[in-house]
Amino acid sequence: MNRKVRHYIDLVIVLTQKELKLRYKNSFFGYLWSVGQPLAFAFVFFISFKIVMKVQVEDYTVFIISGLFPWQWFSNSVNASPMVFLGNASIIKKVSFPRNLLPLSQVIQDMIHFFFAIPVIVIFLFVYHKTPSLSWLYGIPLLLFIQFLMTYGICLIVSSVNLFFRDLERLTELMVTLLFYFTPILYPETMVPEKYRTILHCNPLAPLMISWRDLFLKGTLHPFYLFTSFVYAGFTVALGYWVYRKLSMRFAEVL
Amino acid sequence: MSESVITFDNVSKYYPLYHHLTGGFKHFLFNFPQWIRTLKHSRFNALCNISFEVSKGESFGIIGRNGAGKSTTLGLIAGVLNPSQGKVAVSGRISPLLELGAGFHPELTGRENIILNGVLMGLLRVEVMRKINEIIAFSELGDFIDQPIRMYSSGMLARLGFSVVAHLDPEILLIDEILAVGDIEFQKKCVDKLMDFKKKGITMVFVSHSLDSVKMICDRTLWIENHVVKMLGSTEEVVGDYAKSYAV
Ligand SMILES: Nc1ncnc2c1ncn2[C@@H]1O[C@H](COP(=O)(O)OP(=O)(O)O)[C@@H](O)[C@H]1O
Ligand SMILES: [Mg+2]
Repeated sequence: MNRKVRHYIDLVIVLTQKELKLRYKNSFFGYLWSVGQPLAFAFVFFISFKIVMKVQVEDYTVFIISGLFPWQWFSNSVNASPMVFLGNASIIKKVSFPRNLLPLSQVIQDMIHFFFAIPVIVIFLFVYHKTPSLSWLYGIPLLLFIQFLMTYGICLIVSSVNLFFRDLERLTELMVTLLFYFTPILYPETMVPEKYRTILHCNPLAPLMISWRDLFLKGTLHPFYLFTSFVYAGFTVALGYWVYRKLSMRFAEVL
Repeated sequence: MSESVITFDNVSKYYPLYHHLTGGFKHFLFNFPQWIRTLKHSRFNALCNISFEVSKGESFGIIGRNGAGKSTTLGLIAGVLNPSQGKVAVSGRISPLLELGAGFHPELTGRENIILNGVLMGLLRVEVMRKINEIIAFSELGDFIDQPIRMYSSGMLARLGFSVVAHLDPEILLIDEILAVGDIEFQKKCVDKLMDFKKKGITMVFVSHSLDSVKMICDRTLWIENHVVKMLGSTEEVVGDYAKSYAV
């Protein structure tokens, strides 16, 4: 492998290690957090929607968990992104290296946490007498890749733009929360009335989250959702990279 | 004269004054016309028509008062900043680090910071690992190396930072005010190391307030005053005049 590529990989590794050490002191707590948080949410949603509101969805717990875990990856990365460049000001001002490696490490770190949380989903599947499917072998890498592109693209945009408008943090948090309720995670897409389906399809996260759930619960991937999520992800990462390229020349000046 | 590895051709650098931007997105939305106006008019001229060349293997000093534009010049060489006007050309593998300890994190230990810093400076992880004992020995930090560096004094931080730099292998080394802290003994060790680099033929650009070390290390020196070149020539002359102008 050429030295430059090896060096970039090493940069991603040390930057990721640094974040993990700082955030959790050790990576095991990071893992616990990444599992515990969605489980806590799943518990609350189960109480409010299944027990109180009595929604008619089979196996509701495992249903929401299979969407909450990948969502957690997305929302953790995007919510962290306003600080990705801002929090590394000293490095950006004083060291020349490809700055997009910073958001990249952020997304990879959250992706790793999600990946290692998949066994928890498996446990819940067993509880509901379901089993993992062979299709996971290609389905999981495929969806990981799509979600990686999607998340990385959005992180690039938010982290770059936040250097110029320093108040994006709250706005981002708000948008992510709103997007969550617009995405079929707590409810199946089939419950959305026919005339609102097009709105659903305008949500770039919807086809991806539907795909994850189908894969985990049924072991299937719907070609239409797979394709649209891929198109959305490709578009997002292209846009993100473009924004980053336009603004990165000025990073050291504004920090 | 041998080939030049760094060339500044009439370089100017403006810093946009972005304080109106830090007002945030709300400010941008609600004060749009004013926002556009300030964007056009508020910029700060940090460097004006700077031209110089550094040739291969040369040790080049930059002196001047605080705020003169020395760090900006180094930033332009390193590629952290882009020139607003003029051309900057650099050839050769450059140490990407301008300031000792850039990227150090107070909560990480000395050892962890060496690894992070070493990789940021262009080494591979295996290379840092191979050299880490040497680096730690050079720093003379002893058991402190496994303590978080927020417990270090500024002199100890400088030791740690320079120890990593001392084990790099760049073609061009940029150094910004590193000898300001640290005790005499360590300063001497640093100067010795820099002289080593010099003997090996590494090109150095050296910003310092310590005129003695500039005299010792640099072949030629650039004096920047008020964002323009005040004087460029042999170290002896430039440092002499510089010292004279502030003697009174
Ligand atoms: N990011 C920045 N935004 C606006 N002005 C800056 C920025 N960085 C430096 N300056 C200004 O540019 C001038 C030159 O700065 P610098 O190159 O750091 O000086 P020196 O290193 O010689 O002390 C200073 O007046 C400083 O205030
Ligand atoms: Mg300076």
